[in-house]
Parts: sequence; structure tokens; C-alpha cells
Amino acid sequence: MDVPVSYYVVLSGIVFSIGLIGVLIRRNIIIILLSVELMLNATNINFVAFSSYLGNLSGQVFVFFALTVAAAEVAVGLAIIIALYRHSASINIDDFRLLKW
Amino acid sequence: MVYALIPLLPLIAFVVLGLGGHVIKERAHLIAVPAVVGSFLLSLMALNEVASGAILRIPLYTWANSGDLTITLGLFIDQLTVAMLLLVTIVSSLVHVYTIGYMHGEPGYARFFSNIALFTFSMLMLVMSDNFLQIFVFWEAVGLCSYLLIGHWYERESARAAATKAFLVNRIGDFGFMVGILLIFVTFGSLQYQDVFSQLDQMAGGTVNLLGAIGGNWEISVMTMICLFLFVGAVGKSAQVPLHVWLPDAMEGPTPISALIHAATMVTAGVFMVARLAPLYNLSPVAMDVVAVVGGVTMFLGATIALTQTDIKRVVAYSTLSQLGYMMMACGLGAYVSGMYHLLTHGAFKALLFLGCGAVIIALHHEQDMRKMGGLKNKLPVTYWTFVIGSLALAGFPLTAGFFSKDALLLSSWMSGGLGQMLTVLGLLTAMMTAFYSFRLVFVTFWGESRVDPHHAGHVHEPSKTMTVPLLILAVLSILAGYIGIPEFLAPAFPGGEGGGHHEGAAATGIMVMATAAGLLGIAAAYFVYVKSPGLPDRLAAQWQSLYQLSLNKWFVDEAYDRTVVMPTLKVADSLWKRVDVAVIDGAVNGVARAVAWGGWVTRVLQSGQAQNYALAMTVGAVVILGALIFY
Amino acid sequence: METFVFFYFASIIVVTAGLVVALKNPVYSALALLVMFFHVAGLFVTLHAEFLAIIQILVYAGAILVLYLFVVMLLNLKREEHFHSQLIVGLFLGCVLFAEAVLLVLKGETTLGKNLADANTTVELTRGNTESIGELLYTTYLFPFEVASLILLVAMVGAVILTKKGILEGKS
Repeated sequence: MDVPVSYYVVLSGIVFSIGLIGVLIRRNIIIILLSVELMLNATNINFVAFSSYLGNLSGQVFVFFALTVAAAEVAVGLAIIIALYRHSASINIDDFRLLKW
Repeated sequence: MVYALIPLLPLIAFVVLGLGGHVIKERAHLIAVPAVVGSFLLSLMALNEVASGAILRIPLYTWANSGDLTITLGLFIDQLTVAMLLLVTIVSSLVHVYTIGYMHGEPGYARFFSNIALFTFSMLMLVMSDNFLQIFVFWEAVGLCSYLLIGHWYERESARAAATKAFLVNRIGDFGFMVGILLIFVTFGSLQYQDVFSQLDQMAGGTVNLLGAIGGNWEISVMTMICLFLFVGAVGKSAQVPLHVWLPDAMEGPTPISALIHAATMVTAGVFMVARLAPLYNLSPVAMDVVAVVGGVTMFLGATIALTQTDIKRVVAYSTLSQLGYMMMACGLGAYVSGMYHLLTHGAFKALLFLGCGAVIIALHHEQDMRKMGGLKNKLPVTYWTFVIGSLALAGFPLTAGFFSKDALLLSSWMSGGLGQMLTVLGLLTAMMTAFYSFRLVFVTFWGESRVDPHHAGHVHEPSKTMTVPLLILAVLSILAGYIGIPEFLAPAFPGGEGGGHHEGAAATGIMVMATAAGLLGIAAAYFVYVKSPGLPDRLAAQWQSLYQLSLNKWFVDEAYDRTVVMPTLKVADSLWKRVDVAVIDGAVNGVARAVAWGGWVTRVLQSGQAQNYALAMTVGAVVILGALIFY
Repeated sequence: METFVFFYFASIIVVTAGLVVALKNPVYSALALLVMFFHVAGLFVTLHAEFLAIIQILVYAGAILVLYLFVVMLLNLKREEHFHSQLIVGLFLGCVLFAEAVLLVLKGETTLGKNLADANTTVELTRGNTESIGELLYTTYLFPFEVASLILLVAMVGAVILTKKGILEGKS
């Protein structure tokens, strides 16, 4: 336990912020989804770190479930992207403006 | 308690005819006439009871109780009330019968009967009221009925305008009346006649400081204020100057209602009110002087205008105006009994004159201009002779009821002091003019060569029995009413006021002679001008052109009102509409809508449709919340 | 020693995460992500979560990334062009958020934790990580486990339906 848990928290924070920035500034929908994966990974790191430091396995079980959900989300997200591409031959998020007033 | 049926029967007739008129149609008179005749018979019963000295007080219903204010409905029947009850029911019954013939075949037949039934109900309740609020409610109600009836032929624009004019002018008077009632409540704490009369001695000396609110000092007797405000109501209802302008225009309505409302009953409500409240007026000499002067001016003005009018109904209308002035003047000089006496006899002969005009109008197929009449005395004998009797009564010819009542009135006026003497002289002058114009009417309409339109000249005949019988009855009453001892009957109702009966003495004989002389002089002058010298009227009119124009144009009162009141009001309304209603109010309301739309247009930018913008918004929110967590 | 290992993994993770976000070519981004996943797995191993490390590689690197690459190849994507309009704002907000999170952690209490320890769930370093997780999963967390399987089922069905040709044009 040389490495204090705060290091892991900081690491997790950095990766999460990078993922958030990625969601906000990339136009390619696939890259946006990848950034979401980054965010999920960051939380996983956090959970596992705390699970190790608190000696409680619940954290790891949580990661297990987060992983599952991430997988499901990717499947559906990519299916949506394919449907969108079929509809308008573009996966630039700027081209989908149906929510506009 | 059965006396509650007196007003109730016409009310039931009104409801039945009002709701079922379109079904009942031509048979409406079968409901209306019995109702009114029933009221008449019950009034006779009341007469019987009251004549033996009883005064009937019948509380009917307590409407509301709110703190100090109790609003009730009740009946108060004394000699004055009974006299009015009989006048109203007799004239109303006769008019109902007359209407059967006059309005025969008209589409609004049932509606007319329902409206006059409503009017009869309202008028009866008015005279039988025992508290101020009730009399005010029914005061307004008769005003409403007047509006409905004047505008009976509502397809005519002149009728609609006249009805509105009557209602508006009455409303001005009613406002004054209402202020007077409020003052009474504030001063006496109650609206019942009884309570007010019993407290008069204590309140008599009270004054009110008119300029107190702005720190000044102008003390006026409370009683004077109250009486003056109440009198404003009477000015409106009884068509005194300056609120007389509605009465001549009210001739747009059918003749039966001119007889009923604008001769015998509604317009007399003002005089009745002053007489009923005699104890109040007796405490305020100032108010009484005002009443007398207003009455005198009206009397004179009405007579001067009647001299030149060519529409027969207008002549009789201005004559009514003048006679109302007489009555009001008498009440203002303290001669309440004489005033009411004249009111009652006038009811009979004026109704007779109006119904006679109606008969002529019907016989000549709705012709009202006397220049197109003439030579009718042989073709319409019953109408002619009853009309003559009515005119004689109006002129105060000896032995008619009008003679006795006008004589008593002038005598009482003379006996009441300096102002009274001045007004009596004016009254004698007016009596001469009255005789002149009423016989001018007779001579031009019935005598001489026929100037009737040739189309109708062949069909001129006496109207049906339903119209002539009321004429006959009224003619009889116009004579007999002087002999049944009305003044003696009414005197107990005015204790302390001027007693009825005949005064003896030099003044009495003098007045009687002068009044008779004035009347005969007037008749003779009319005969001379209109029968003996054919071109004289036109020459006289040309010679006294300005006076003639003044009289013909009703002293330009309507024009003056139009210029000073109506036009400015319309201008103010117009500017209020354009500047305030459209610009300010609509502007504000539309402005709110526009502001909301603008706000929406501004915030719409947030809904860009781009998912990343929304993600950005979420991030901003997260940052803010975390920041709040850190710093608080 | 352990610190050095941690810093190695952490720095690679951060660098590759940045590369995912910064690179224009989507395939390059995916490959950078792949490297990141491996290093995250390594981090898990140092934290005595071996089971999770392997699952991470199997699921994330082996399934999810492969799926991404399939789609990228399928759609035959091109490079992106200019910078996004939200670049500056996004960067700024990201940094602010990170700073706030760190501040919060530093400011908050650090005594939490020992009360969370539950007798049944304390780690036993003598038994294997897999066995321990398995035992926990099938006893205390059985219900969420079943629900997770349901989620996967829904995802499968959804993905099939969404990509079925002709479903948007209606039944023909």
C-alpha cells in the first residue's frame, strides 16, 4: 500500500475529464461513444482502487456490473449509429438536428 | 294581507304573458284585463277600510339583515296611497281596454300587455312602499317599463333613441335620489318611513359642513341636503326643468302608454314622492322654495312650447309638462293636498285627452300632424265631445273637476306667502295659455274645413267600442272628480300641512274669479285666432318671429344639452377609446404576449438540436453543483 | 517499486486516453483505446483484482473494441476536418470539473471506509479473487446478477431490431 488511494482518485478524475472533453468536442459519433467508454473505465478504476483499500469486495462486484452495462450500451449504441448512417449517410453529429426548435 | 294581491295580480299577468306571449298572442287581453280590474276592485276595498280612518301597515318580507341595515318589503296604505292606488288601477284598466282596440292586429300585442302589466305592478308597489329602498327599486322599475314601452315599436330608430333618452335622463335623476336615500340612512339609521318620521324632531336642527373635508366652513342643514337630493329624483321622473327633455320624445311610444305612463301615473311619481315625504320637506324651507320655483318654471315653459307645436301628441305632452309643474309648485309651497288633488283630476282628463288623440290618430290611419286634420267633429262625435270635455277640464272651465282642483291649487299658492303670490300670478298667466293651446288643439283638429289627406278622407269613422267606452268613462270622471270630496279625504294624511277644504274670504273669491276669467279669455282668444280669422296665426308667427321660433324649438334646450353635455361626452369617450383602450390597455395586453414571445425567441437558442450542446449544458450544471458543494 | 509500476500504468493510461480524444482517424483512436484497456487491466492486477483484469481484457478489449472496429470498417469513415466550436469551452469545463472533484476529495473526510467493511465481504487473500467474487455474486448480489443478464438480452434484441433493414420504412 505504498500508493495512497488519492493517487488512484486523481488518475480516475483525469481520465474521466478527458472522456468528458472528448464527448464535448468530437464530432464523430463513434469517437463520442469511445469517450463514454473512457468515462466508464475511469469509474471502474475508482471502484477497484477503493475496493482494494477498504478491503471490501463489493466494489469489484460493482465493476462487474458496470462492465456488463457498458457492453450492452455499446451494442445498442453502435446499432443506432448504423441505423443513422443508413438514414443519412453521415455520422457527423452536427447533421442530426431533429431536436432543434 | 289580501292587499298584497293588488300588485300581485298584474305581476302574475306579466309573468304569464311574458313567458307565454308567443303562444297566447291575440288573446293576451283575456289575462291582462281581469288582473288589472281585480286590482281595481281590491283597491276599492282598501278605500273602504282607509276611509273609516284606518291606516294599514303590512310588512311582507325581510330581504336582508346586515349590521345596522335591514331591508324589508312592506306595504303602507293611507289616504294618499289609496288615492294613488285608485288612480293607477282605474287609468290602467281603462288603458288596457282601450289597447284591445288600439293595438288590434299588431304583432307585439302580447308583449305590450305584458309590459303594461309589469308597469302596473311596479307603480302599485311604488305607491304602497313603506321604506325608501323599496320605493327606489320600483322607481327604477317604472323607469325600465317606460323604456320598454316607449321603445315598443323598436324597429323605428326614433323610438329606440327616445327610449334610451328617457332612460338616461331618468338615470340622472335616480342618481340624486340614491344619494338622498344614502343621506337618510346615514342621518336616521333606518330606511323605513315610520322610523324616519318619528325621528324628525330630533334631527331637525342638524347641519353638515360641506367643506369640512378640505378645511373650509359651509354649514348646510341636513334636511335641506336630503330634500334637495331626493328632489333631483323627482325632477327626473316628473320631467321638471332641466330634466324635462325626455317627455316629449316619449311620444314615440304607442298612445295608450302615453296616457298611462306619461300623463297619469309614472310622471306623477315624483310629485307623489314629494307629497309622501311632506314631513321632511316641511323642515326645510330652502328645499321647498327650490321645489316651488322649479315647478313654476316648468309650468311656464311647458305652456309656452305647447302654443306652437303641430303634432297633437306633442301638444298634450307639453301640456302634461306644464300641469306637472303646477303640481310640483303647489307641493313646494306647502299645498300638498291641492297638489295631489290636481294630480288626481289631471290623471283623469289628461288620460282622456291622450286617448282621444289616439282615437283621432287611428281614425286617420296614424296621422299625427294637426295641419292635416280638421272637420272631424261630425265624423267622430264621441271622440269630439269627450275631447272637448277633457279640454274644458284642462282649461279649468267652471263645473269641471279641473276647475275645482286648479282653483284650490292657485288659492293655496296665493295663501302661502310672497313667493307663492308671485308664482300664483305666473300660474294665472299659464292658465290662460293652457286654455288657449288646448282649444287651439280642439279647433284645429276638429273644426273647420277638412285638410285630411284625400286617400284617407273617405274612411274616417269612429273607432270601436273598446276605445270609445274608456273615453266616455274618463269624461264622466273628469267632471265628477270635483264633487267627491278628494281634498277632505286626503287632508288627514298631511297633518300640520295645509288643510284641504275650501277657504273662505276675499282672496278665495278673487282667485276663483281670476282663474275662471283667465280660462275663458284663453278659450275666446283661441276661437278668435283659429276660427274667426283664418290667416291670423301665420301673420302672428311672422310678426313675433323670434318668440315663435323659441317656442317652436322648445327653447333650444335639447340643442343646448347636445352641445354642452352630449358632444363632450362622446368626444371624451372617443378619445378614451382610442388613447386608453386601444393604446394603453390593448397595448399592455398585447405587449405581454409579445414579451412572452420575445422571451421564447431568446431562450429558443438553447434548443439547438445538437446533442453536444446539451452535453455541454449538463457539464455546466455538474460544475455548478460541485462548486456549490465545495463552497458551502 | 510499486509506486514506479503505478506511475508507469497511470501515465500510459493518461496519454492514450488523450490520444483517443485527440486523434482524427477513428481507427487510430480505437487502437489507442485498446492500449489503454490493457494498462487498466494491469492496474487492476496490482490492486489484487485479477478476475476483473481478465474480464476487462476479455470484454472490453476483446468484445467492445472489436465491435467498434467492425462498425468503423463497415461505415468506411473518413477523417474529421476542423475543430469543434465547443473546443475551448469544453476544455475549460473539463479542467474545472477535474479541479473541483479533486478539491472535494481533499476537503472531505477521510475517515470513511472502515465502517463499510462487512464481515461477509472482507477479502480473503488466501482464497482466490475469482472464488471470492463468485461467492459474493451468487449470494448477496444474486438479483442484480439476474437483472444484468436481462440487460444483455435486451441489448441483443435491440441491436438486432435497430439494424434490421426495412424496419424504418414500415412493413412492405
